Amino acid sequence: MKREDTVITCIACPNGCDIKVSFAEDGSIAKLEGYKCKNGITYATAEVTAPERILTSSVAVVGGEFKLASVKTSKPIPKGMMKDAVKALYSVKVNAPVKVGDVLVENILGTGADIVSTCVVEKV
Amino acid sequence: MDICIDKDLVIVGGGPAGLAAAITAKENGIDDIVIIERDKYAGGVLRQCIHDGFGLQMFGERLTGPEYAARYEEKAKELGIEIKLNTFVLDITGDKIVRTVSPDDGMVFYKAKAIVLAMGCREKSRPAIMLTGERPAGVYTAGLVQRLINIDGFVPGKEAVILGSGDIGLIMARRLTLEGVNVKAVYELMSYSSGLKRNIVQCLDDYGIPLYLDHTVVNIHGKDRVTGVTVAKVDEKKQPIPGTEEYVQCDMLVLSVGLIPENELSKGAGVELNPVTGGLFVDDNMSTNMDGVFACGNVVHVHDLVDFVTIESNNAGKCAADYIKGKKNEGEAIEVIPENGVRYVVPSTVHKNCDRKTADFMFRVGKVYKDARITVYDGDRLVRSFKKSILTPGEMEKIKLAQMDIDSASQLRIGIEE
Ligand SMILES: Cc1cc2nc3c(=O)[nH]c(=O)nc-3n(C[C@H](O)[C@H](O)[C@H](O)COP(=O)(O)OP(=O)(O)OC[C@H]3O[C@@H](n4cnc5c(N)ncnc54)[C@H](O)[C@@H]3O)c2cc1C
Ligand code: SF4
Repeated sequence: MKREDTVITCIACPNGCDIKVSFAEDGSIAKLEGYKCKNGITYATAEVTAPERILTSSVAVVGGEFKLASVKTSKPIPKGMMKDAVKALYSVKVNAPVKVGDVLVENILGTGADIVSTCVVEKV
Repeated sequence: MDICIDKDLVIVGGGPAGLAAAITAKENGIDDIVIIERDKYAGGVLRQCIHDGFGLQMFGERLTGPEYAARYEEKAKELGIEIKLNTFVLDITGDKIVRTVSPDDGMVFYKAKAIVLAMGCREKSRPAIMLTGERPAGVYTAGLVQRLINIDGFVPGKEAVILGSGDIGLIMARRLTLEGVNVKAVYELMSYSSGLKRNIVQCLDDYGIPLYLDHTVVNIHGKDRVTGVTVAKVDEKKQPIPGTEEYVQCDMLVLSVGLIPENELSKGAGVELNPVTGGLFVDDNMSTNMDGVFACGNVVHVHDLVDFVTIESNNAGKCAADYIKGKKNEGEAIEVIPENGVRYVVPSTVHKNCDRKTADFMFRVGKVYKDARITVYDGDRLVRSFKKSILTPGEMEKIKLAQMDIDSASQLRIGIEE
């Protein structure tokens, strides 16, 4: 089915390009205009098919200099699962030390994305 | 007896600006460096900015704030740069004595050959915007909420109203929502948002949080704790329009009404402040009006992107190193003056006949312009002009001028023509 043409603001970088997406009769993407780099193509395509976001949040740390370690998903996860993923992280506790890049939770909610530390928490 | 330690370079503030300046100074042959940081960690405000979007310019990657900070912290560690944490700079005197205090060492003085000011900025708070109403608990600045949630692990409410659509407010609208808080709406006094477009999309639109432009909070209700706010539409003069008031129930009001450079120290030391921005006047070497005192990052002017803070701070570190080594920029300097809608320009003076091909100029405009031109004049002569489809106060602009253009000018005036 033909879809209405739409404009997507690319959020892959602070440029925030407005990308015009035109659809063909069968609902597939016919044309993309207004992107400044190829990340815009990837983003706009995902946005009109299956929108995804990187999730950033934090998890509790035991025995560290800080109470929390900041984390992110190793790849974007479906937009609709953001809240559930944050909820799932409430029950996670990790032991210090934590380094940038440590995998703290594998395959969060079956999305295929890992929860990865984005900070350093030394042991005390 | 208080202790006085001689140092080549003392850096005030261990955020991204201070770290980058220290690293570049070290790489340029200065070994005797100390960074003074009042917090219990280095990295500045980046530690609490756990969202991503940092580092695209510097690393071509979408890093989170803590990841970006960690790269510079590690580098500083590798280079053996001394960082004094939990240490507060009390004042700086004309002869470059930096007075510090910390729980561990008590009062310590540093006598510096050069100083880099990198204190960042702070948030405007309630007194600064003259909100009327009760004085209940539950009114926070957005950055404080960010710190409470992301560093201390504490969510300070259940229903929030956000006043101001700056980036921090937008980021916190999303963060609060994900933490289970009901974010009712964001109200913005101006007719435009001062936040980045991508943040409106991914922080508000994604979660169906409405943004009301031309609106403000006119009253705060609640005795001990906020119970609600009254909001109203404003007219062109930004005055509330009678009859448009509406009551919104909430237990927290989050203020995201702007940042001001943290310049109490600078003022005390006699460094000249820009009355328009509260930032500092610096030349193209990031030198202030005080001999041997340099500055970089948000203490000079508020940046949207940490990458530009790093670039500016690398320059400050390099120039401070040159100064310590006795290399001075003797060339003639000309003034750079903002006009026609440009609020300020960094740097405010620029040297002629330098050994470089181009020089950068950063500024902000006072209102939204569409299809306009950035113009650079020397007297009546148009030196250069740049087409722009959009210019907004929320986004810092950056232009490059050829050194040749600077060499032939007696003054540069940067403005906007519609
Ligand atoms: C909430 C928020 C969100 C942001 N989001 C983004 C983003 O998505 N992408 C992006 O690229 N940029 C973003 N930025 C911008 C970026 O984080 C800042 O531009 C950058 O951190 C500024 O660096 P700075 O070193 O100048 O200041 P700061 O990071 O503020 O560091 C200043 C340091 O100086 C210390 N200090 C101050 N006074 C004293 C004293 N008297 N004695 C000792 N120490 C002192 C402070 O404790 C602090 O650690 C954001 C900023 C904020 C506030
Ligand atoms: S299209 Fe490229 S340049 Fe434009 S916002 Fe997206 S990532 Fe940035």
